[in-house]
Amino acid sequence: MTTPATAPPAAEALCVEALSKRFAGVRALHDVHIDVRAGEVLALMGENGAGKSTLLKILSGDYQPDSGRLVLEGEPVVFRTPAEAHRAGVRIIYQEPEIVPHVSVAENVYIGALPRRRGRLLDRGALHARVQADLERYGFAQVLRPDTLGGRLSAAQRQLVEILRALTGNVRVIAFDEPTSSLSEHEVDALFALIRRLRDDGVAIIYVSHRMKEIFRIADRVAVLRDGRLVGQRAVAETSEDELVRMMVGRDLSAMFRRRHTGAARDRSMLSVRSLTTDDVTDISFDVRAGEVLGLTGLVGAGRSELVRAVVGDLPIRSGRVLVDGEPVRLRSPRDAVRVGIGLAPEERKADALILERTVRDNVSLAVLSRLSRFRIVRRGRERDLVNRYVRQLDVRTPSVEQEVRRLSGGNQQKVVLARWLARRPKVLILDEPTRGIDVGAKAEIYSLIDELAAEGIAVLVISSELPEILGLADRIIVMQHGRITGELTHDDATEERILALAMADQLTSEGVIR
Amino acid sequence: MSQTADRIASSPAPDSPTRGLSLRRALDFVGVQNVSLLIALGILVTIIGTQDPVFFQTANIKTIGTAVAISGLLAVAQTVVIVLGALDISVGSQAGLASVVSAMAFTATSGNAALGIAAALALGLCCGLVNGVVIVFGRVNPVIATLATLAAFKGVAQLVSNGRAQGYTGADPVFIFLSRGSIAGIPTLIWVFVLAAAAVHVMLKYTDLGRNIYAIGGNDNAARLSGININRYILGVYAMTGLIAALAGILITARTGSGQPVSGSEGLELEAITAAALGGCALKGGKGAVSGTILAVLLLGVLTNGMTLLGINPFWQNVAKGTLLVVAVVIQQVRSGERRVGLPT
Ligand SMILES: Nc1ncnc2c1ncn2[C@@H]1O[C@H](COP(=O)(O)OP(=O)(O)OP(=O)(O)O)[C@@H](O)[C@H]1O
Ligand SMILES: [Mg+2]
Repeated sequence: MTTPATAPPAAEALCVEALSKRFAGVRALHDVHIDVRAGEVLALMGENGAGKSTLLKILSGDYQPDSGRLVLEGEPVVFRTPAEAHRAGVRIIYQEPEIVPHVSVAENVYIGALPRRRGRLLDRGALHARVQADLERYGFAQVLRPDTLGGRLSAAQRQLVEILRALTGNVRVIAFDEPTSSLSEHEVDALFALIRRLRDDGVAIIYVSHRMKEIFRIADRVAVLRDGRLVGQRAVAETSEDELVRMMVGRDLSAMFRRRHTGAARDRSMLSVRSLTTDDVTDISFDVRAGEVLGLTGLVGAGRSELVRAVVGDLPIRSGRVLVDGEPVRLRSPRDAVRVGIGLAPEERKADALILERTVRDNVSLAVLSRLSRFRIVRRGRERDLVNRYVRQLDVRTPSVEQEVRRLSGGNQQKVVLARWLARRPKVLILDEPTRGIDVGAKAEIYSLIDELAAEGIAVLVISSELPEILGLADRIIVMQHGRITGELTHDDATEERILALAMADQLTSEGVIR
Repeated sequence: MSQTADRIASSPAPDSPTRGLSLRRALDFVGVQNVSLLIALGILVTIIGTQDPVFFQTANIKTIGTAVAISGLLAVAQTVVIVLGALDISVGSQAGLASVVSAMAFTATSGNAALGIAAALALGLCCGLVNGVVIVFGRVNPVIATLATLAAFKGVAQLVSNGRAQGYTGADPVFIFLSRGSIAGIPTLIWVFVLAAAAVHVMLKYTDLGRNIYAIGGNDNAARLSGININRYILGVYAMTGLIAALAGILITARTGSGQPVSGSEGLELEAITAAALGGCALKGGKGAVSGTILAVLLLGVLTNGMTLLGINPFWQNVAKGTLLVVAVVIQQVRSGERRVGLPT
């Protein structure tokens, strides 16, 4: 990070020339030309499955291109392994960070380059001091401590560890693959501050995201991929959201999402939580009524995911009660919850939701197998029809329902998780970050789907860190901080500012906002 | 949603939809995993058959079948355990214990074969449940739990039998039928193996039980959050394994004419795991099938039989089996495109 900011602005740090890559039956990239200059943020956009992650994996040496080449600062390069790309100064921050669960944050950051003293002894003191310094320098000291174990980190914290890891050593090109999909608003601010700093230091930055707002905040140029081809590049100053959407989707997106269900009209409480206290949350009470969408938001670490996992019986409850459709229930496991009609689509799709080595069909029908069976034999025809219906409805991009889920792009994997619960038709549907990593077009479709579900009388609880999403979807919004509910807003009087004020209630009063 | 339909139509189609459809069907039927096993089996059969025509005689084919029936049963059970993401090392000891008990119950009831068999099956079920309970409620890792019961069950079998062969079942018509009888010209032993394997195959492939076993082995968090009672499946699978191990034990008794605490069953657990791994089961769970295991069992059986026919030093047989296993797994891993870093899964 020592390149002077006075470097000629036009210097191309990295050129991607005529890159193509096929997977069995899928053309992931086709003759793609992209270049990114030192000191520039290039945004890479495109629908789920457009080929963005594949491009980054080629940059990092994870995949080998079928044809085409990479030119780094004027020199053609071939990265056979991620280690080679790392040595050359190319870093990729993946959609799904890989963290070692049994060692500390500090060791995770400096994995492979741990400071030593006297032979091979690990110098823990130096390591922690160094990581603490990094955290403070990059503005993450509030959310991450060097000695936490990898396994205890939230999705956002894992993302931050991955970023810190990428910043060790000399960095020339750094690519972020949907880095903000698990971050909440003010962590996004910290990340953007960091990206600007890197840019000013002369690093070339590639930024993949589905969030328009972010593109206009952070990027200098945008390149759009569609079905593996580059459809165009624009300077951010000279384009508009509509144009980008058109380029990505290949058509006008007929009116974004409009809320149609009217949750306020009904008052049958399908899920009631009363004074619930667990290891992570304290004295939580709320209702989700039939036909309404309740939004649950707060900063990362506020205890939202822990709360819903306790509700479905996956984490122990210390005190408090849960009622489903007015009946008190004791849910000892998610199985009990599924039986009384609660479905939870968890936040961590790879760890907690998907069976990566099995097909789309197996994954979608998982929660309804017994319904599809007669005398325990699964009726294949019915299963295939059901799965096909939801695959079509959610527009899951896959060559067939027999494709292994691990071969789908990130966003399409998320849709498979949603399809599983839609197929189950529960009374209460809990969606933890349902549109994480999903493209604009599909997002709109998922919103209307949630809206339709509510209109049909299903009680929906949506956890989201994306405020526009919560604001657009929810009839009521509850905000949590440090394991407690700090406030509730109705659809009509909720604004981003009010939500943020509740989410950071105590920082505002005692510590001031962290920026 | 007509736009959606358009988008699907324009998304990449599976390769060559018309040409090679029948090939695809055929592949789907045997399973891509199994093709290399079939090829290996074909090559082996050709080599041995051309060297010694005795190989193709009906009597020899029956010999191969009866030789693999017992270890084949255990391999099929092991397949289910491995798909679940666990392992059962105690199957050999369970079979030994069941063998002893079947013969002793037979003797104690003054020659009632049905009671002898029933006692052995009941015992097998109990042994399996013990494994399951230790794993589920004692929270002991399956490898360690069954390593412990491998020793313990063997010990119990030796205690109750004083370490000696028990009873004499060789004159009982039921046991004779099991060991030397046949139905429609096919030996009973082979029938038992084929029927048990077919039942397990249907369970694993076509029922919701089997699909849930794959789900648990593939990602137990996902299975749990989808409402699958994982503990019950663990108990059930180990109980089923105990039952099948007992069946194997009964066949041992029938073949040797008496209850064998150790000699008929020692080492069968490793043969079972070898066959399952050769057949394409991944030890981390979620992957494998009865069809692959059966092919592997046949492959190993043919290999042993062929080498004996050709008069090759029996010590080489073990070397050949080991080599085969390593080569097969290497081929599977290379095909799955696993990254060459760290401990393989
Ligand atoms: N290992 C693989 N095997 C087979 N197909 C693959 C593999 N990896 C990616 N693909 C396919 O290549 C295409 C591009 O995938 P990629 O992950 O690059 O999409 P993406 O643009 O990152 O999408 P998203 O926004 O959903 O993350 C998809 O159709 C995907 O199914
Ligand atoms: Mg991606």
